[in-house]
Amino acid sequence: MSEHVLVVLPHPDDESFGVAGLIALKRKAGVPVTYACGTLGEMGRNMGSPLFANRETLPLIRKRELQDACRAMGVTDLRMLGMRDKTLEFEDIDLFADRIEAIIQEVKPTLIVTFYPDHGVHPDHDATGRAVIHALKRMPAEERPVTYCLAITKNREDVLGAPNVILDIREVAETKMEALKAHRSQTEGLIRQMEEDFKKGVPQVMNWFETETYWHYQWNE
Amino acid sequence: MKPIIPNEIQEYLDQHANKEVYIHLETTTGAYNAHQNENSMTVVAFIRNAKFRYSLAKITGFGPFRVGLKMEEGWTYAEGLTDFTVDEQNRLILAGHHPDGKLAIALQISTVPFPS
Repeated sequence: MSEHVLVVLPHPDDESFGVAGLIALKRKAGVPVTYACGTLGEMGRNMGSPLFANRETLPLIRKRELQDACRAMGVTDLRMLGMRDKTLEFEDIDLFADRIEAIIQEVKPTLIVTFYPDHGVHPDHDATGRAVIHALKRMPAEERPVTYCLAITKNREDVLGAPNVILDIREVAETKMEALKAHRSQTEGLIRQMEEDFKKGVPQVMNWFETETYWHYQWNE
Repeated sequence: MKPIIPNEIQEYLDQHANKEVYIHLETTTGAYNAHQNENSMTVVAFIRNAKFRYSLAKITGFGPFRVGLKMEEGWTYAEGLTDFTVDEQNRLILAGHHPDGKLAIALQISTVPFPS
């Protein structure tokens, strides 16, 4: 079976923070990547300094930024699911899972990346991970693609153990930076700080562009 | 968005009194607040496209500003408003921003529903 990666995350920029290295490495190897993005980050707080967005213009700006980031990473197929930021946990999980299942049936991914349910910190992250797992659980275990989950809670290793996948992304660090920069309305202030820290070699920031870590979903739990 | 000019806001509010309007009201600490600072709670609330009619509305304060809308059977209130725009669809977009540009509160009025 030919490789295909499916990334399912709720907010424009989640992919650049968490998965840009993996996506860039896969694209370098010629593997197609589909990214299903749940919302347009309609409820984001960063309006720019000086201000360049308001609550009603933000979704349009973030849509363009998402497309720019996908271009930077070489994503071959972007699906915008059109749900609203901060509401995903209140949606009907069966219907949410149906939409993900339809994409799975269509693109037949060999690898899926999403948030680890209960380890996403943001309710939309958890809801998205839960919907993906819900869709996958309907499939026979042997047909499920490999599933990498992002876990960002502070107690993740206490609960889930050590990450299963530790990816060296140094050769695509620049692509990750470009993807992050594309999300200007969310990352401008952060990147200013990051570039300063990068020059100083602050380990935490260096790590961002060196490694990505993922947990296999633990199906028997 | 530009810094609030109270007269312009008051004029808009007066023009829309006793008419059916749609409101977007929101306040937020940011969803990651408690993750970043364990001593702080994450608090977010929004209501979008609440439909009502107000009989009286005022903008007060010296900046940040407060807006109160007196409804037939209650009140709608927002405090901490710093910036505004009346957009091309004649919607009043009021917001309170932290100095770094992060939105803390929004109050918006429109005669047609905001996109859901």
